[in-house]
Order: sequence, then structure tokens, then C-alpha cells
Amino acid sequence: MPEPVVAVVGTGQAGFQTAASLRQDGFAGRIILIGDEPVPPYQRPPLSKSYLARESGLDELWLRPESFYAQHQIDLLAGETVTRIDRTKRRLHLASGGELSWDHLVLAIGARCRPLAVAGAELDGVMPLRTLADADILRERLDQTRDVVVVGAGFIGLEFASVAITRGVGVHTIEVTQHPMGRVVSAAISRFFTDAHRGWGAQVLLGTGVTRILGAAGRVTGVETSGGQCLPADLVLICVGVIPNAELAREAGLTVDNGIVVDHHLMTEDPRIFAVGDCANFPTPFAAGRVRLESVQNAVDQGRCVAAQIAGKPAPYDKVPWFWSDQGDLKLQIAGITAGHDTAVRRGGPDGHFSVFCFRAGRLIGVESVNQTADHVAARRLLAGDPELTPEQAADESYDLRAHTRRLAAR
Amino acid sequence: MPQITYVHSNGTRTVLDVPVGTSVMRGAILNGIDGIVAECGGEMMCATCHVYVEEDQLSRTPIQSDDEKAMLEFTASERRPNSRLSCQLVVTPELDGLVVYLPETQV
Repeated sequence: MPEPVVAVVGTGQAGFQTAASLRQDGFAGRIILIGDEPVPPYQRPPLSKSYLARESGLDELWLRPESFYAQHQIDLLAGETVTRIDRTKRRLHLASGGELSWDHLVLAIGARCRPLAVAGAELDGVMPLRTLADADILRERLDQTRDVVVVGAGFIGLEFASVAITRGVGVHTIEVTQHPMGRVVSAAISRFFTDAHRGWGAQVLLGTGVTRILGAAGRVTGVETSGGQCLPADLVLICVGVIPNAELAREAGLTVDNGIVVDHHLMTEDPRIFAVGDCANFPTPFAAGRVRLESVQNAVDQGRCVAAQIAGKPAPYDKVPWFWSDQGDLKLQIAGITAGHDTAVRRGGPDGHFSVFCFRAGRLIGVESVNQTADHVAARRLLAGDPELTPEQAADESYDLRAHTRRLAAR
Repeated sequence: MPQITYVHSNGTRTVLDVPVGTSVMRGAILNGIDGIVAECGGEMMCATCHVYVEEDQLSRTPIQSDDEKAMLEFTASERRPNSRLSCQLVVTPELDGLVVYLPETQV
């Protein structure tokens, strides 16, 4: 019998990890890694952080050197777009006209920036930030920019804003809700970061939308807000969330609902097709229902999980989610999923090193730490089992979290 | 250029010239050394670039931050007194000749 073929669609962190882990787990068949970006797999987090700030270069961005793929017999097709999945014949149709056969298919096709549907969004100088190509343009533009408007105060928007501020650019960040990063952090952390950005010199306008983007001679000149203000801008960053890339799956008849729907094994209803990373909607014990997460941890751990299954070592996906964001001198680290908490207590200090412990129905569900890695580490350990931590213990700085963690581990 | 020796868990050694300012982790990744995973890319969010530093060279390595100490709790292989996250070992002329031992597993 010929060795099976695994096709991995998507060369982001999830696709890369799936391919790399397959080899590491001893999979002997052919591995094809296909992505529409014309470069080898790279890390996205630095694009809005150190790479954007020119503190790191391309060498720091590549997940592996180009030679890695040949060395590990991974057929990397960078710059190739998959146009259709044929489930009956188990083929992929490529934009270049070719076809590829597969026995197992892993969809790691990520997400794309949600466009802002307002007049002027097509003007030169209105940009998303998702890919290396985006970041390269933004790096150049930042050098010539006086005023930037950041539309959307999520992780990417705030990270970009914090880099722009240090470059001496005037920054307006506008957010349609009252809570920056509100989808993923507690109100306390949201407020803390809002204040920090204001302290660094940015204008942060909350409860404010965009009515239109203004321009002259095809170039952006400003942003008109829902509050009636006209903010000057020679650069506008649109970061109002993403849309999961699920069209390929939907057209192939797979269930799509805020991403490609998979089970505890990250398997679609077709047992030969998996979805991992930003595009996968999966059930998790760490939230009330299903989630779709956009993070390095999620991409890496899900890639590993699927690789292990294909290599013959199946196990359900059960990893503790974690996230991070670097903004100015602040490092935000999140363990677990804190959305839906009913109680939040603060642990630690006025010195800017602290954590917010979030509970639902008395159970710890997540911890958000600011420059407080020790709490983050403890939280990741606690959330892997029953944390058995009360809000009172969490808020009491004299209560030894590490000892608590060790006690649970010793059982 | 400073030379760094990576000793794989099976005992084989790879000697690399790693530029000053580059981390021991990045030197390994760029040269395709499999025993370093570096899942978070050097952000100190994981512990998959764990190495054991040659004992008598420990004093030459940069001081461990509290963050690194905390994150070392996540090493997949046993944490020892000479355990370091190689993303935090930024190469300087003083680190020329450094020997690091790669653990059996990073995940």
C-alpha cells in the first residue's frame, strides 16, 4: 500500500506546526504544505510588535530556515492558492491549474481582516495589518506619517498604536465599544490599558465609530467620527477583527458557523478533514460553549493534536488557552478564557505588576496578568485541572499561589 | 564571530558561529537544530527553547530575570540549576565557546 498523503492548507503557524509535528511524530507519507503567501511560514505576532518597531528583522520572523522543509521532506508550495476541495475524489484544485491528491486534509487557512464598510476605505493610506506584506508597507509608511488613526482597539490596534507613539507619530485610537480589547479582557484590564495609552500621549476615543474616511487626490487625509469630529490622518489602520476563512470548507459541504466546525478531535464531519488554528470552531472545556481562538498557542497546540492523530496517536484537544500582548512597557499575559466571568478580583500592586483573576459561578476561569509572569505561570498550571482557588485567596497577596499549585499537583 | 556548541540529547555536537546580538535560540533555529522548538518566538511565553548550560560556564551567562525563572516551570524535561531559556541567552563576545546541552524533549 502506498504511503498516505497529508495536504495542509495554510502556511501560518498552525499549518507549519501540523507539518513539522507530523514528521516529528514519525509520519512517513508525503506532506504537502500549501499557502497563498509567497514566503515560507513566519510568525505573525512580531508584525505588530518588534518587527513593526524595527527592533527585529526578517531573520527573527521565519519559523524555520527555508532549508528545513526539504530536510524534513515537507513539500512547501508557497504562493499557491487552493480554489476547491473535492471530497469525493480527495483532490485539491489549485489556482495555477494543477490538482493534488490527499488522504488526510488539514485546513489551517486562518482568517482575514474584516473590512470597514465606509466611504473612503479604498483610499491610499488605509491599511489592514495581518501579513508580512502589510507590515512591510506599514514600516515604511510609519517613517513618513505624522498622524495615524487606529480604528479598533483590539490587541493589534493597540499594539500598533503603542509602536506608533514611540515613533513620535500623533495617534488617535477609536473604538466603537466602551472597552478596548473588551472581547477578551475584563473591564479592569481594559481600563488600565486605556489609561496607559492616554498616558503615553495617544488620544483614545471610546464609543466612537467611523462615518467616513476623508481623502484628497486618492490619498487619505482624515477620519470623520460618529461623534462628528474630523481627525487628521495620513495613515489609517483598520483593525476591527477578522473573518475566518471558511469558504473552501463551506463550498465542500462542511459545516461552517463562525469558522469551520470541528469536534473534540478537531475533526470536521468528514473524518479525513481537520481544521486547526484561527479558522477552527471547536468545543472547549475552557468556555461555556464553542470557541474560535486567534493565538499562537491555539495554532501550535491544535497543529500538534491533529498531527498526532494522523500519525496514529489520537487524543482529544484539551490545552489551556493562553495569549499575550506587548504594548509599550506593558506585557499582558492571559491564561484561560475570561469572557463570561461574573467575578473579577485584583491581586497585586499599585506598582503596575498585577493580575485580575476571573471567576464564573465560583470557579476560576482565567487570569489576566500585567508584567506579572509568576501569576500567569501559576494560572496556566491551575487551569489545567480544578483550580480550587477562591476569589478571596486570589485577592490575598499573602496567600501563596505557587504553594497552592504544588499542593494540587502533588495529589 | 562567537562559537556556540549545541550538544544534542544523543551526544552529537553541532558548533555554530552565532552573531553577537543573536540569541542562542535564534542561532539554533536559523541553522535547523531540531532540539529547540521556540514556539513563542522568544517572547518568554513558553519554555520550548530550554537548554542546560555547561556548569562551569554559568557565571558567564546573563542574569536570569524573574520572568525567565517563572517560565522555566514549564520545561518538558527536568528543570535543573543550569536550566536556561536559550531565547534569553543573547550572544556577546564573552559567550564565545559556550556549550549548551539540549534536553530530551521540549514539549
